[in-house]
Amino acid sequence: MPWTRNDLAARAARELKDGYYVNLGIGIPTLVANYIPKDMNVTFQSENGLLGMGPFPYEEDVDADLINAGKQTITELPETSYFSSADSFAMIRGGHIDLTILGSMEVAENGDIANWMIPGKLVKGMGGAMDLVAGVKRVVVVMEHANKQGESKVLRRCTLPLTGAGVVNTIISTLGVFEVKPDRSGLVLTELAPGVTLEDIAKQTEATYEVKLRK
Amino acid sequence: MATAAGDRGKKIFADVRSALDGLVRDNMIVMSGGFGLCGIPENLIAAIRDSGVKGLTVISNNAGVDGFGLGQLLATRQIRKMISSYVGENKEFERQLLAGELELEFNPQGTLAERIRAGGAGIPGFYTATGVGTVIAEGKEIKRFGDRDYVLETGLVADLSIIKAWKGDARGNLIYRKAARNFNPMMATAGKICVAEVEEIVPVGSLGADQIHTPGIFVDRIVQSKFEKRIEQRTTRPRTAGAEG
Repeated sequence: MPWTRNDLAARAARELKDGYYVNLGIGIPTLVANYIPKDMNVTFQSENGLLGMGPFPYEEDVDADLINAGKQTITELPETSYFSSADSFAMIRGGHIDLTILGSMEVAENGDIANWMIPGKLVKGMGGAMDLVAGVKRVVVVMEHANKQGESKVLRRCTLPLTGAGVVNTIISTLGVFEVKPDRSGLVLTELAPGVTLEDIAKQTEATYEVKLRK
Repeated sequence: MATAAGDRGKKIFADVRSALDGLVRDNMIVMSGGFGLCGIPENLIAAIRDSGVKGLTVISNNAGVDGFGLGQLLATRQIRKMISSYVGENKEFERQLLAGELELEFNPQGTLAERIRAGGAGIPGFYTATGVGTVIAEGKEIKRFGDRDYVLETGLVADLSIIKAWKGDARGNLIYRKAARNFNPMMATAGKICVAEVEEIVPVGSLGADQIHTPGIFVDRIVQSKFEKRIEQRTTRPRTAGAEG
């Protein structure tokens, strides 16, 4: 059984470490916040200008001045700080954020990622995605392994315009987990989703990879 | 409290219309603060709409929504070009773009913020790793520092910046509230003229010198407004029975 959206978020949460500063992308990555172990201290940065993001507010606490990068109303925590967009991206581009978890349309075995535009379709913009993949210490991608036709989204080379070149560290797809080799020469398959076989992966993966399953 | 335009000693204006008096003209470059609809100078945007100026180049992270924020200037076709990082929330924007009626330049959000910061600080260009190897870097100078490539990006300045703050005083000192700060502090520095609208004008000295986010030197005019503060995504959690609030 391939991983569901919530499974992907739960698996991605295992990439978190105590004390990490983390930026979560929109979509499945947002769900990762639901799977942080109780005894772990993780601080979420939102690129519109806050560090220490709290949960959604109760109806009567909704504050138009307090939103996240997805423009959703949120709350602050005792340790929260606010800052300008320039300071926010100094954190991101200056390598101060430990981990970012992003969704993607395509990734490639050399660590390229394409998640911001499909030519010919309406382009909404990259927002902070290019800054995140270029500046954050570790980039983890959560994504569907293949499209509805069964065509791989884990590729030898991306076909869509890139968000960043050679920037991805780890791919958590619906079928398993891949690490991008440090020299960007290919992928290493390290985990399979429950019930997924090596044959399933082989059938739906265009990228070259070696198999080194953990434990 | 209203003062004549051009009197540098008097920064407080009675309303947004008089605060923009003599400052707007066709084909000018305007920076407009805010992230989504959070921290936007909503009344100054409406006043620019009412002024009828056309052919504007607008630098803003987003483009408002239909009928609110910069969406109002799109509806009236007063904007010729947008420089933004994300514009997904606006049907009229989409229509004009697909019809070729609107020019659009995408900047990565951090590059946009830094271009404005640099422009306001008198820095004409800087190198960043963001966008290297993507369409954003096409045609731009690439330079290697250490073992990594960086792309040259230029500073941005505007004829006019319109921003929103929480509180301000007669000297133009400003403080922002929560996540409504976003692009406003950099834009205050990067406009030849900066007009700030605030929720409350307070007596000089009451902001606390250590608390001021934008020193008054960057702010030419200040006006107190009433804000609608529209919310794009009202997300809440339910109060579960017995749960601690």
